[in-house]
Order: sequence, then structure tokens, then C-alpha cells
Amino acid sequence: MEALMSLIVGVLTAGGVYLLLRARTFSVVLGLTLLTYAVNLFLFASGRLTIGAPPILDPEVSRYTDPLPQALVLTAIVISFAMTAFVIMLALRARAELGNDHVDGRASVRDSQESET
Amino acid sequence: MNHLVIAPLLLPLLVGTLLLLSRRTLSLAARRALNLAAILGQILLAIELLILVGDGTVLTYHLGHWPAPWGIVLVADRLAVWMLLVTSLLAFFALLHAMQGTDTCSRHFHPLFQLQLFGLNGAFLTGDLFNLFVFFEILLLASYGLLVHGGGAARVRAGLHFVVINLVGSTLFLFAAGAFYGLTGTLNLADLSLKIAQLPPEDLGPARVAALLLLAVFALKAALAPLHLWLPSAYASTSAPVAALFAIMTKVGAYSLLRVETLLFGEQAGILAGFYAAWLLPLGLLTLALGALGALAATELRRQIAYLVVVSVGLLLAAFGLGSREGIAAGLYYLVHTTFATAAFFLLADLITRERGWAADRLVPGPALPNAGLLGGLFFVTALLVAGMPPLSGFVGKFLVLRAALAEPGWPWMLAVVLVGGLLGIVALARSGSLLFFHIRGAGSGEPTHPPPAKDLPGASLPTIGLLLLCLALLIGSGPVLDLAEATAGQLLDPAGYIQAVLKPVGIQIAPWEAES
Repeated sequence: MEALMSLIVGVLTAGGVYLLLRARTFSVVLGLTLLTYAVNLFLFASGRLTIGAPPILDPEVSRYTDPLPQALVLTAIVISFAMTAFVIMLALRARAELGNDHVDGRASVRDSQESET
Repeated sequence: MNHLVIAPLLLPLLVGTLLLLSRRTLSLAARRALNLAAILGQILLAIELLILVGDGTVLTYHLGHWPAPWGIVLVADRLAVWMLLVTSLLAFFALLHAMQGTDTCSRHFHPLFQLQLFGLNGAFLTGDLFNLFVFFEILLLASYGLLVHGGGAARVRAGLHFVVINLVGSTLFLFAAGAFYGLTGTLNLADLSLKIAQLPPEDLGPARVAALLLLAVFALKAALAPLHLWLPSAYASTSAPVAALFAIMTKVGAYSLLRVETLLFGEQAGILAGFYAAWLLPLGLLTLALGALGALAATELRRQIAYLVVVSVGLLLAAFGLGSREGIAAGLYYLVHTTFATAAFFLLADLITRERGWAADRLVPGPALPNAGLLGGLFFVTALLVAGMPPLSGFVGKFLVLRAALAEPGWPWMLAVVLVGGLLGIVALARSGSLLFFHIRGAGSGEPTHPPPAKDLPGASLPTIGLLLLCLALLIGSGPVLDLAEATAGQLLDPAGYIQAVLKPVGIQIAPWEAES
């Protein structure tokens, strides 16, 4: 399970970094989303992976799973949702203000050719 | 347990919420007064806290009365309160300048301003790594809104870069926090300090990785080279009061670096002792050199000031990187000076831009300024401050850093870089000053030769003059301020008091069944 978990975190991070380095705001937003998925799984695993154990005090149980990473992940998910919403709004605004969806706001060669024709 | 510790968080949060809800019911003047009163309240709170912690006490506030390693804790020591006071004083003058009309450009300027202060105060007061992340997010979210306040293509483009790079930084922060939790099982900074010192040798590798991830995050916030490239366009394109308030944003990164450097990787940390200091000194000097070159090459005044912010960050972090008591104390003195001086410069650039009409703040020969005497005088004083020339506080700060550097084996390097960087800064500022005030040229065809005369410029320059007077007060009060800075550095280098104050039992039982067993 540990190997599978680390593989998933690694693949998500790699995909996120690749998309983040693209020139269009849409792929950048997708890349950020993939990165937050990766970090959420990473945080979740930082309390060690335990199956079938309760996270709260129970007099009949002696084996627990760590509840803190779950609370951290919950916080991280909420924050990343808000941030994703904000960055999408900003990307739309940039699209409207700058006339294209390039991250640097430049018109690409193809765009200018299209506008000429 | 002192409830005053949480007051600097509650005040901006409540006032910010109130300002958000009262947009339709309260008049603009009432909202301005409310915002200003809240900042005055924060200044008073910071002074009150400074009196309480001045003798070396570390005040703690355990939220919900949960004992420290489990619950969330706020810590007010000398450094945190020092930063609170600088922030609130800066915010006061930035807001005064914003009241000249910037705050009406979009609907939510006032709530965002208070929420920004909420995030800043929280980042300074928290004693928990994950809460530091949360407060970073709060202050960043408010800063995203403030940065694009007023709109315009340049602002939105710079804002997009700023937001994306900071979101990547937040992700790295979470990776670092998760790694620390996985290694030590705690996120409380005081507890982390104890646990890192006891790490088994096989865990030192992952601990180094986590520490370096954290260093990258804070370096990004502080604009330390090579992660400084976002700063110039973000600061140069935003509105002046926001740029002035952002003078404290890089200092949040510097504060976090100093806190982690001394608390987690201080002398008590065993093998990892001095882990951050070894990076901060060379990177700080590199930042200083690159910033000075940028200031020399800038073609707009505001971009030039933004590069001078990069220069000051470099000197500040190099001073912190010395790791000695004198170095940190000199850095803390310089931090106050550079925050006020660069903020005053951004406000002054705004006044100059308004007066210059078509030439705006571009460093080209432009129209004659109607109020050249006042503006030129202010420019001269501010340039002396920022360049670190005697007899003003910039010189004192720089001199103290250089004197502390003499104890370092590589001191010739540090002296050479700082002095050459200072010279480049003077050249750049002298060039801009002569272009702005002496090199007068009529406008091209179709452009008005004279800009419309500004309404009450002397009144508009009062916030700028206020910030400059704060720098003057810093110079006159150098003795007491330096004593406090030395005491703060001493407290940082001996974190036992901090750790004990946070982790001592708060004298209550968590659950009745634990007492019985």
C-alpha cells in the first residue's frame, strides 16, 4: 500500500509540475489542482497508513489511526478549493483584459495571424 | 494565559467582517473612520504588548485551554510584538494615503485591508507550523485582492503571476509541514525544536529535505534570489498604498526564516544546527547584487523602487544569516528602517506620477513638475534613506550590519558586495532624481505640455512625510531601539524560555478519566 501511495503522489506531482509549466492559464490551473491532490494524499499519509482503526477514543479499541492529518487535509482541501476558485476568476479576468489566455498575456504567433486574416 | 495576546487577531477580523457587511449601510467616511480606528487600536495593542514582553516574558495563549503540543497556541515574544508594531504603524500611513481616492476604485478595499492585517498579525503570533500556513493563506488571499485592486491589464497580468507562484509556494509549504509531521509527530514549533534535536541519524536526510522545502517557501515570500523574480512587476504595477503595505510582506518571509533559523535550527539542534544560516548569507548577498543591477537597469521609478526592496531583502537576510547576536540585532533594526523607507518611497512615487501627467513614472525627460521644490526635497531625503547614506537611519542600519559582519570569516566578500551594491543604488537613484527633476522636455505632438495642477499636494504628501518622520524617530531613538533589538536577538538565540513558556502545563485537566487512572 505504501508503494502504491507514493507512486500516486509522485505521478500526480509530476503531472502537476508539467501542466504548471505550460503557457496557457487553463493548463496552469489544472496543474495547480493536481499538485493540491498530490499534497493532500501526502499529508494524509504523514500520519502513517492504517486500515480499519478508529480515529477517536474508544475504550474497547487499542489500535488507532492518527486523526490530526485528516484534520490537516480537510483544512488544506477547503483552502485549495477557495484558491482554485480565485485563480479561475483571475484567469477569466486576464482573458478578458488581455485578449488571450497566455500566462504572460502575449498574443501568440497563431493568434496574430488569425487576427490578420 | 493572557487574553491580550489574541486581541491583535480578533480586532482586524471583526472590523474586517463588519466593513464587509456594512458596505451598503455605512457612508464612505464612516467606513474610513472605522478602518482607521481599528488600525489605531492595533497600534495601541502592540505598544501595550511591547510593554508586557519588554522584560523578556513570553506570553502564550492556548486556544480553548488545550495544552500546547495538542492544541493551537499563540505566542507573543519580543520578535512577534516588534513585527506587530511595525505592521500597524505602516498600515496606518498606507491607509491615510489610500483615503485620497485609491480606496474608492473597487468595492472591497477596506475589508481586504483589515483581513490582510489579520493574516499578517496571525503569522507573527502563531506558534504552530500548520497555523503559520493557514495565516499565510489568509494574508495571501487578501493580498491577491489588494494587488489587482483598481484593475487594468498590467495589474491583472502581474496579479496572475503573483497568485500562481504563491499557490505553488503554498503547496510546497504543505509538503514540508507533512514531512515534519511524519518525522516528528508534531507541528508545534516549540515541540518541533525539541524533537528535531533528538532525531535518530537515519531521519536526518528526510529532515534536511523538509527543512529545505520550508526554506524555499519562505525564500519565495521574502523574495530571496533566485526566487525574487515575481516581486518587481507585482510591486511596480499595483496601486501605491498597496505597494507600501506590501513592504511588510517580504518581511513576513524574513520573519519566518529568522524564527525557524533560531528556534528549529539553532545551536540546540545538534547536527542540523546552523542549517539555515549557511544558506541565508550567500543567497542574501546574491539577492543584494541582483537587486542593485535591476535598480540600475529599471526604466520606471516604481520598478526601480521594487528592485531596491529586493536589495534591502538581500541585506536583511544576509544579516540574519550571520547568526550572531549582533547580526540579528542589526538586521532587526534595519528591518524597521527599510519597511518604512521603501513604503514612503512608493507613496512618493505615486505623488510624482500624478504630477508628471503623460510621462507618469517612466524615467525619461518629462514635463516640469509644478511642486518640484517639495517633491524634490522629499525625493532627496527618501533616496538618502533608501541608499543608506549618512546621517539617516539607513546608514545606521547598514553600518551595524557591516560591523556585525566583521566577525564572519568571509567578511571581505560581504563588505565588498554590500558597499558595491550601495554604490550602484546611489548611482541609480541619482540618475532617476536628475531625470525627474532637472531634465525637462516638452511633450511630443498632441500631448499637453503641462499636466493639470494637482489639488492640495502638500496635504497629499502628509502620509509620506509621516513615514519619513518615523525613520527620523528611529534615528533619534537608535539607542533604546538597539537595546531592544539586542534583547530580542538574545531571546531568539536562547529559545529555552520560548519552549518552556509554550510547553509548560496550563494547570487544567483535559479529561476527568485521565485524572482517575
